[in-house]
Amino acid sequence: MPVLETHDLKKAFFGIPAVRGVSITAEAGQILGLIGQNGAGKSTLMNMLGGVVQADSGEMHLNGKRYTPQSPADAHKSQVAFIHQELNLFTNMTIAENIFIDDFPSFGFGPFKFVDWRIVREKTRTVLNEVGLNIAPDTTVDRISPGERQLVEIARALYMNASLIIFDEPTTSLTARETDNLFALMQRLRESGKAIIYISHILRDVQTLSDSIAVMRDGQLVTQEPVESFNIQRMISLMVGRNIDNLFPARTTTPTETPLLTLEGISAAGIVENVSFTLHKNEVLGVFGLMGSGRTELARILFGLDSFERGTITVDGKQLHHASPKESIRHHIAFVTENRREEGLLMNINISDNIALASLNDFGSIPLQAIDQERLETASQHMAGVLQLRSGDIRTQTVKALSGGNQQKVVIAKWLLSNPKVFIMDEPTRGIDVGAKFEIYSIIDQLAASGSGVLFISSELEELVGMCDRIVVMSRGEIFGEFLRGDFTEEAILHAAFHQERVEVPDEKPA
Amino acid sequence: MKSLRSVSQVLVNNSTIVLFIAVFVVFGLSSPLFFQPDSVINNIIKASAYTGITAVGITFVLLTGGIDLSLGSNMYLSSVIAGLLMRNQHIGVVPALIVAMLVGMIYGYLNAMCVVRLKIIPFMVTLATLVIGRGIGTALTESKQIDFPIEMGQFGQTPVFGLPMPVIVFVIVAIIGYVVLTRMPIGRQIYAVGNDPEAAKKAGINTDRVITFVYVFSGFCAGLAGFILISQLTRLDRSFAEGREFDAIAASVLGGTSLFGGIGTVPGAVIGALLTQMVSAGLIFNNVNLYLQPMVSSVIIFIAVLFDSLRTATQERLKRRFIRPLEPEKTKT
Repeated sequence: MPVLETHDLKKAFFGIPAVRGVSITAEAGQILGLIGQNGAGKSTLMNMLGGVVQADSGEMHLNGKRYTPQSPADAHKSQVAFIHQELNLFTNMTIAENIFIDDFPSFGFGPFKFVDWRIVREKTRTVLNEVGLNIAPDTTVDRISPGERQLVEIARALYMNASLIIFDEPTTSLTARETDNLFALMQRLRESGKAIIYISHILRDVQTLSDSIAVMRDGQLVTQEPVESFNIQRMISLMVGRNIDNLFPARTTTPTETPLLTLEGISAAGIVENVSFTLHKNEVLGVFGLMGSGRTELARILFGLDSFERGTITVDGKQLHHASPKESIRHHIAFVTENRREEGLLMNINISDNIALASLNDFGSIPLQAIDQERLETASQHMAGVLQLRSGDIRTQTVKALSGGNQQKVVIAKWLLSNPKVFIMDEPTRGIDVGAKFEIYSIIDQLAASGSGVLFISSELEELVGMCDRIVVMSRGEIFGEFLRGDFTEEAILHAAFHQERVEVPDEKPA
Repeated sequence: MKSLRSVSQVLVNNSTIVLFIAVFVVFGLSSPLFFQPDSVINNIIKASAYTGITAVGITFVLLTGGIDLSLGSNMYLSSVIAGLLMRNQHIGVVPALIVAMLVGMIYGYLNAMCVVRLKIIPFMVTLATLVIGRGIGTALTESKQIDFPIEMGQFGQTPVFGLPMPVIVFVIVAIIGYVVLTRMPIGRQIYAVGNDPEAAKKAGINTDRVITFVYVFSGFCAGLAGFILISQLTRLDRSFAEGREFDAIAASVLGGTSLFGGIGTVPGAVIGALLTQMVSAGLIFNNVNLYLQPMVSSVIIFIAVLFDSLRTATQERLKRRFIRPLEPEKTKT
C-alpha cells in the first residue's frame, strides 16, 4: 500500500486553475522526484499535501486513510513533514526550540503547561545526531549556516516521526559538501522506510536520487514512471512540452575593445584581495567561484553596497569616488542580486511599481516632481512586453504571485529601465526552470548585443561556459585564472576554483 | 588592547544595565537621601510599579510584533467600572479588583478579535479602542470624578511582608510574565510568531490563539495596574492614566524589546521601568529645575536607546562573513 495517493486533485486561485486533476503515488522506502517548470503546479500540489492550502476537489489518502489537512498543524499530526524552499526557522530561537515549537514536551495540568527543558534537550540531541549535526541544542539558529539550518528542519521531521517528507528545492542555498551530506541523509531516510517527495530543478540530482519521477506541466501530471525510463533530455521535453535542442541561445555578438568597467587592485580586508579585471562593451564576462569564494561580496563592493580599502573602480572612463548604490545607478550600473526575494523585489507591491523603482526620478513631472503615473505604467508595460513577462494586470498583480522566472524578469526589467551600461548579475538563474533559464540567457545575449557589458556571476559552470566570452575564477577572495571562450575546459576552471585548497593539501607526491 | 575591546563589548551589550547602575550611582552620590532603602523602595520601585506592570504586559504584545495603544484607556475604563460597582452596588475591594482585571481582559480580548478575525492592523485597532474605551468611561461617569470608599485606601496602604502593596503586585506580575515567556510553550510560541508569523503558521502553531493571548494578558495587566494605582489615589477623574501606554512602551523598549517583534524579555521591561522612574526621582532629589526635568529624562532615555542601536549595529557587523584571513599574522591555526 502506498504511503500517499492523490486522486484527481484540483485547485484554482481566483478562478485560475493551478492544479488540474493530479493523481500521484508515493511509496514507502522510495524517493519520488517531482519536476516541472515554475508555474507547473508543483508548489500548489505540495501545499495541498502540507495543509497550507485546501484542495477544491479530489481526494488524498495517507497510509490508506482519507487525508484532508485543514492546516499545517493537521499535516504535522498526520506525520507529513514539509521542508520548504525558503526555510521556516525562527532565527531568534534555539535549535531545540525550533524543533519542538508546536509541541513542547511539558508537564503540568490544564492550561498550566511548563516546558520540560531536560527532555527537550535530550530529544534534540538524539535527532541532531540522526541527521549528523554536532551542535549544542541551545545554539540560536541565526548563528548556524544555511546547510545546518536545513538539517535542523529535517531533524524536526524526524522528531515528528514523519512517514512522508516533502523536500521543496532543498539544495538552493547549500554548498557542494552540504548538498552531498543532505543526499546521503535522504538515502538513509529512504532506507528507513520513509516516503520522500523531492522537488528540484537540478535534473541530474533528481535522476540520481529518485526511484521514480513525476513530471508536471500546466497543472497536470504528464507522467509518473520509474527513474530508468528517463534521461535528462526526455525530462526536459516532457516538462516543456516540446523538444529543446539547445540549453543556451547562440551568442550573437563578440566583445569589442572598449572598456566599460575596470577594476584595479580592489582589496577589502578579510573579503577580497587585489582583484583586477576589465569588462568590455558587448562582452559577457563570467565570474566563477564556489560558495564562499567572494563572488557575491565582490559584486556588492562593485555596486557600492560594501566598502573597500584599496584600488579603483572606473566606469566608462570615469573613476568612482564615493561608491554607493545611488552613485552606481547614476553611472548606469545595474545589479541583479543573488537573492531576488529579499534584495531584488518588493514582494507585496505591484509589478509596475517594482519595475519603475530604480528610475522613479525619470517619471517626475514639472513642477513638483510628482510621479506621472500614466507615463510610468506605459514604460513598465513596455518593459514587461520586451521581456515577455507572463502575468496579470501589472498595475494590480503583486510580484509575490509570480513564478520565479517571471520574478527575475521583473528585476531585470527594473534595471533595463534605468538604461544600464554595466549589468552585474549574481546567480540570475537560481531556482528557475529550464524554459525560463533559456529566456534569461537570451536576455543576457541581447544586453551584450545592445552594447552593454554583463558581469555574469554564477556557481554553475555549465551556464558560464555556455554563455560567456571570458571567465575569471575566484577563490578565497582572489582571482585565480582567466579563460577565453574557446579555451574553456571544465577541469581547468574547476582546478583554478579549488586553487587554495589544492595548495593546502600536502600530498602532491605519490604515496 | 584586546581585553579593552572585549570590555567595551560587554558594556555595549548590557548598555541598559550599565546605564541603570551609572544613573543610580550618580544620583546616589549627589543626593545621599536617594540611597536610603526606604527611598529606593518608595520613590523608585513603588512609583515604577504601575508603569512596570503595564510594561510587562505590553512586552508580550510587542514580542508578537503588535502594539497596544489602548492600554491607558483600558486602565481607565476597568477602574471606572470597578469604582461604579463599589460606589453603587457596595461590592468589596477584592470583588472590585477581580472586576477590574476581568474588564481589562475583555477589553484585550476585543482588541485581539479585531486583529485576528477582522485582520485590522494592531496599531489602528488599538488606536480606535483607545478613543472608544475612554469614551465609554466618560459616558458612564458623565465625566465626573469618582471617589472611592475608605476601604480602597486601606487596601492600598496595607503593607505585605513589610513592603508596599504595589511593589508586591509588581513582583508577582513580573514573575508570572517571566515564567510564562521562558517556561511555558505558549511563551516560546510568542517569540516564534514575532519572528515570522508565516513560518509560525507553517510550523503548526495556532497563531490566532497566541495573538489573542498576548492582548488578553496586556489587558489583564492594564486592569490590574489601573486598580492598584487607584488604590493609592482613591479617586479617579476623566484624565486618569491618559498616555500611560507610552510610558509602558518606552520602558519595554528601553529594556531591549524590539518593536518589530521576536526580541525582548520581562527582566528587560522591569529594568526599563525602574530606570525611567529612577531618572525622574533622581532629578527631583537633586532639585533640578522642574521645567527642565522632562527634557533631561528624555535625553537619558535617548542615550539608552542609542546604545541599543549601536549594539545592534556592531552585532550586524560581526555577522559579516569573512572569506579570507584578515592579516596573515592574525590567522588562527
